[in-house]
Amino acid sequence: MSLAHRIIPCLDTDGERVVKGVHFEGLRDAGDPVELAARYNAEGADELVVLDIAAARDNRPTFLETIRRVAEQLSIPLAAGGGIRSLDDARCVVRAGADKVTLNTAAVDRPELIHELSNEFGAQAVVLAIDAKRGQESWQVRVRGGRMATTWNALDWAQRGVELGAGEILLTSVDRDGTQSGFDVELTATISRSVGVPVIASGGAKVPQHFLDVFTEGAADAALAASIFHDQVQSIRALKAFLGSKGVVVRLPC
Amino acid sequence: MVTVIDYGAGNVTSVTRALRRLGAEVGTTNQAEEITDATCLVLPGVGHCAALIRALDAGGLRQPLLTAIARGTPFLGICLGLQVLYQTSAEAPELSGLGIMPGNVEQLPQNVKLPHMGWNRLRSVRDCRLLDDISSDAYFYFAHSYAAPADGPATGATCVHGREFSAVLETERIFGVQFHPEKSGSAGAKLLENFLRLSA
Repeated sequence: MSLAHRIIPCLDTDGERVVKGVHFEGLRDAGDPVELAARYNAEGADELVVLDIAAARDNRPTFLETIRRVAEQLSIPLAAGGGIRSLDDARCVVRAGADKVTLNTAAVDRPELIHELSNEFGAQAVVLAIDAKRGQESWQVRVRGGRMATTWNALDWAQRGVELGAGEILLTSVDRDGTQSGFDVELTATISRSVGVPVIASGGAKVPQHFLDVFTEGAADAALAASIFHDQVQSIRALKAFLGSKGVVVRLPC
Repeated sequence: MVTVIDYGAGNVTSVTRALRRLGAEVGTTNQAEEITDATCLVLPGVGHCAALIRALDAGGLRQPLLTAIARGTPFLGICLGLQVLYQTSAEAPELSGLGIMPGNVEQLPQNVKLPHMGWNRLRSVRDCRLLDDISSDAYFYFAHSYAAPADGPATGATCVHGREFSAVLETERIFGVQFHPEKSGSAGAKLLENFLRLSA
């Protein structure tokens, strides 16, 4: 099988500017989403995710404009999310130029929303984002940007989300996010081996070895990172060259 | 002038943008007469096959489309726009496809992750003008769970995910790609450029 493992930069935005924090807190400015999108598109990113982590109601037009301007820069797929609570919200995001819509808190509040979006846009356009935190023996689903605990088990939720029509899981380790200590390989492998859809690993990436680990031991189909790309700590080109040299199938930029 | 068929359910923006970047004049339509009069047709499609077929029928676009293709109007079907060229699709078994290509669209095997989502390479079946000047190592972006048969008179290249399926169709004037050239970086742009040249 020659399906390439995807490298996906993520732009966490406040609607307008890219921001980054540790454990979803302490946000700082990390750049202009349009400039970053153009750079990643040229550097060989396989896809781009843009999230509105503020997701404030009155800020929606700004975020939709950001999606529109980012989409104009891209010749790769774009996923967008943050604050999508209804089919109408999703339609706006798709019309603005997103190929996929990511759902998180709203899907926990009302799982049927996954089904509604999948029916309208197809499973390939519905990404269920799960923020998972390690508990005693399993991983718990967190919502509201990772701040609020739920009693839901992350594995059960992933499987249910797929049954409802999600075509992909964006799995973020709340424990690792922003720490640069590596992906949660065990979490990723547990979920990825238990669902029939692609899983995007997220949270904790710093060095190329982290990506290698999550693609091999973690069975991830794609890996997402933000600050290491924004801050130019890691170039996508060099990362892919490293992975390719280790036998991981990646799309090397032509 | 390229006429992109906008049947309402798909997102045509990225296709029109990609064609305009190449200098093409692009219009979108859901009107039968504009399809009939078109000099070059593109049918993009994402989502559910039933939505596409129902929209074509509800808009009275099926016959104009068949007539235009039969008359030799250059046509490019993208993703669902390729699948709808076949007799039927298992995704919408109660509906008929355009029936231009022999065979049926079936679901990919469940022993691999579905949707087939991401970047994959092609297997060349024969020389394709659509793939002129594109490296045989090039990757293209796929996002689908159903696929056409691997063998057929028009099949120019295949791809494998669970099983082999047609990824590029090419006859004199009818073209189809299962992947999304508008999302496939520089290789996808080259393919669209080739289509524009071939349909000129």
